[in-house]
Amino acid sequence: MNEIPGDLKFLKTHEWARVEDSGRVTVGISDHAQAQLGDLVYVELPEVGDRVEAGTASAVVESVKAASDVYSPVSGEVVAVNSALADKPETINEDAYGEGWVFVVKPDDAAADLEEMLDPDAYAELIENDSH
Amino acid sequence: MNIMTQHTILNATHRALGAKMVDFGGWDMPLNYGSQIEEHHLVRRDAGMFDVSHMTVVDLTGPRVREFLRHLLANNVDKLKVSGKALYTCMLNERGGVIDDLIVYFLSEDFFRLVVNAATREKDVAWITKQAGKFDVAVTERPELSMIAVQGPNAREKALGLFTPATRAKAEKLGKFSATEGDGLFIARTGYTGEDGFEIVVPESQAVELWNALLAAGVKPAGLGARDTLRLEAGMNLYGQDMDEDITPFEAGLAWTVSLDAGRDFIGRAVLDQQKADGAKRAMVGLVFDDKGVLRHGQRVVTALGDGEILSGSFSPTLGKSIAFARVPTGTAEKAEVDIRGKLVAVRVVKYPFVRDGKPCEGV
Repeated sequence: MNEIPGDLKFLKTHEWARVEDSGRVTVGISDHAQAQLGDLVYVELPEVGDRVEAGTASAVVESVKAASDVYSPVSGEVVAVNSALADKPETINEDAYGEGWVFVVKPDDAAADLEEMLDPDAYAELIENDSH
Repeated sequence: MNIMTQHTILNATHRALGAKMVDFGGWDMPLNYGSQIEEHHLVRRDAGMFDVSHMTVVDLTGPRVREFLRHLLANNVDKLKVSGKALYTCMLNERGGVIDDLIVYFLSEDFFRLVVNAATREKDVAWITKQAGKFDVAVTERPELSMIAVQGPNAREKALGLFTPATRAKAEKLGKFSATEGDGLFIARTGYTGEDGFEIVVPESQAVELWNALLAAGVKPAGLGARDTLRLEAGMNLYGQDMDEDITPFEAGLAWTVSLDAGRDFIGRAVLDQQKADGAKRAMVGLVFDDKGVLRHGQRVVTALGDGEILSGSFSPTLGKSIAFARVPTGTAEKAEVDIRGKLVAVRVVKYPFVRDGKPCEGV
């Protein structure tokens, strides 16, 4: 299991969010989630300019085993998507917290949404309990 | 009912190799050792090995065993004339439904060997034992035997190097779908991947040693994930997903395994004779989806002749797109649609196998 970077926040549904210096929020799925899904073969991205709502399905990651919705942790406007994933979805398997990011949101009110999320320790505990 | 999860003798070996384990028909088995797609390619291009010890070896002995198997199985064991020769067949119930698919080996006139699926073991053995009584055939499970499948274009060569010269000589000249014995092993040139290779039945006490020797010979382990995509590409059915006790071989693309030869009264034959005369209403076809997304078990298939459903569906690592088996109204041709997560998408109806000798088949 990879170390979980300390600057991330997590949803119980295994998405991570990182607030960038610009105030924008980068979103991805956790290393635990990619390990559970196995080899990813497709990623369905939102479009730049789309509106996303916190807690709603905003992207889809599909592995050999299963298709899974990616929930946006924050509400706002999509300002960037990781289009490299179209050709190399396995990037998420290889580097879930780095090159495997999925999309970036310009949040309406990030602080309120992030308040609800788990910090790395709480998330680590959640997946620890998951695997028992 | 056995509710304990069962372990093969290689369980600790898989864990030491970093396998992600899953429950498969009550057995704790390796899904992959990292990447199931890499393991898939490895078997298509070089060699990989699978622990298939969860499968069950059942030995049948007695002077009337051939006569018994003529009655028990939908394929005809009279095709087996040379010792060691194998036959793929279905075992049917009285309704013509498939109780299991299996491989039967002819060893001698009073000794045949069956290899049956793991998840169906109990009902298979009960059914076989019930039918065997009338023929005075002894039915013996061999739980002390493990099984390792070594598959891929280089699999035979790598495995042959581990045998003693006498065994090697016998294994080297094995024809496809034949088996031989030596070094305490039962070596069959069979498999479930569409590649050449061996399935080796080995006493549990020697299994870890054989696995490690194969590993040292450059054969990497592959899990059930790769095994599933390999067999699907190769056009091979999975029991419980592609057929079951309510499906006849004709509805499961297995007509080629049914021998309706004159005068042989096998279990389920009356229903198959009738279905052959009337024509089966449903047929199994291959589907290819050229766009992004994965066809999966249970999805609805919409055709001009009515609805059908996806049986086995997955991503094909060799083709780089999704493929599936579907059961659809007989006569469905060329085009259909599939309901993927609420969206109807166009798929092509094709003949399978999808992949042969490591290459995409024509029309796929």
